[in-house]
Amino acid sequence: MSTSDRDRTPVIVGIGLSDGPVAPHLDTLQHHVLATRRALADAGLNKADIDGFGATGGSKTASSPDDAAPLAEYLGIDYRWLDGTMVGGSSFEYLVQHASAAIQVGHCDTVLITYGSDLLSRAGRMLGSKGQFGVGARVDGPAQFEAPYGNVLIGAYAMAARRHMHEYGTTSEQLAEVAVAARAHAALNPRALHRDPLTIDDVVGSRMVADPLHKLDCCVISDGGGALVMTTAERARDLPQRPVHVLGASTAQTHWHVSQMPDFTATGAVASGREAFRQAGVTPADIDTVQLYDSFTFTSLVLLEDLGFCPKGEGGRFVEEGVLRPGGKVPLNTDGGGLSCTHPGMRGIFLLIEAVRQLRGQAGEAQVPDAELALACGSGGWLSCIGTVILGRDAR
Amino acid sequence: MNEIESTVAQRPLPEVDGVSQAYWEAAARGEVLYQECPEGHRQLYPRALCATCGAEPTWQRASGRGTVHTYTVVRQNWAEPFKGLVPYVVAMVDLEEGPRMMTNITDCDPDDVHVGMAVEAWTVVVEDGLGIPFWRPAAEAGGR
Repeated sequence: MSTSDRDRTPVIVGIGLSDGPVAPHLDTLQHHVLATRRALADAGLNKADIDGFGATGGSKTASSPDDAAPLAEYLGIDYRWLDGTMVGGSSFEYLVQHASAAIQVGHCDTVLITYGSDLLSRAGRMLGSKGQFGVGARVDGPAQFEAPYGNVLIGAYAMAARRHMHEYGTTSEQLAEVAVAARAHAALNPRALHRDPLTIDDVVGSRMVADPLHKLDCCVISDGGGALVMTTAERARDLPQRPVHVLGASTAQTHWHVSQMPDFTATGAVASGREAFRQAGVTPADIDTVQLYDSFTFTSLVLLEDLGFCPKGEGGRFVEEGVLRPGGKVPLNTDGGGLSCTHPGMRGIFLLIEAVRQLRGQAGEAQVPDAELALACGSGGWLSCIGTVILGRDAR
Repeated sequence: MNEIESTVAQRPLPEVDGVSQAYWEAAARGEVLYQECPEGHRQLYPRALCATCGAEPTWQRASGRGTVHTYTVVRQNWAEPFKGLVPYVVAMVDLEEGPRMMTNITDCDPDDVHVGMAVEAWTVVVEDGLGIPFWRPAAEAGGR
């Protein structure tokens, strides 16, 4: 690697989690603030060191306080580079790709990326108050062709899972293994929402929400926030944490609205994974720890296939061997994932934070021995926008 | 009047625009339209351009015959009027002409719906110039 004073290789030098998974004492902005404080402390930096800012809240109104510009004001970030890309849960993998380029080019030196959400505590106060559109709503744009039919978020994933079952013989028990493996990792994480043992029978015996997906095929709803600090490899030499190198980062979109999904059994992880692996110069077999979006069990299964951890269509048979569990060949979502640990609406930043913890050797009981390479892959929308990031303990 | 017809007016409905107007007007006449560009690319949902090549598409009338590409049975939706309709089927239907659309499969037991099922279009008139297409088991397939 280059060790010249011009080494602008992008690295992650700070991570922070706010309180969670249940934090009724924090609102969305307080999640951002707490995560930012902790990430800066972890990085050994001050807020004044930040000259690039990436964030997205996912709120739907123009006055959303946690969109990038209002949040930069609230946090008092004096930036030279701003990014508020909003593609759903994978926005943070997109932001790492964009921030890496901005750091390499020199648009900024040190980037803060934050996320915060009080989804659980807020929903607790508003539970059952309204649907996606509301009675009598008029829906404009492309969504007008879906709105009359009463589809729900899980319904999109359920239709993809159903088609995968039809084409490849995937079973509910195989999907359930993704949830069981996540719970086994959650048992090792004191911060996980659900830590009690879980069996395949528990999952397939839980209430059907949208066929073929059961209640326990779904992620939890939690509160939570997270932040990352990125800078140059040169700057990182003076900082306390061992830097984690961004070796590859790529994004791809096959559709936005689920009705436009060209192949219900495949995602943009095919393209974004291929490019991220090419940049990093590694293959799936080289990856030590894998953090994949798991809004639903099927999400992780299809991403495993699309990223090349197993052939297309083989995901069910691949996971049923137990490879995703602690100590397995592909230990998946070592914090317990969205299925058992934390999912405040958008999970992408937690994938990156857990990958960094693993590469630093700070993952506690869930530590994968001698983890050198980690992959984080986020899915945003309805399996729509897929961002793949490959991180390394060492530069290449 | 069946359960579908009686609840359509309470559903979230299209904000009809300059591109979508022809589609919803056709549905009010009992027809399903799709778009085709001069290069032969076909698409739904309708757009102001061909999403494949960028050309300007024209409208074509679909036969109203199709097959279920994939589906789910929604068993939980707290939003009215769907709350009172569960379990109901949300599906993607492949028109025999190629384009695919989201819809509900009506007039059958949700547990009888399957991938590859032959279906036919029918529509409900909501108001002047606005009809909503639905699909049900094809009559010739003996599904009704």
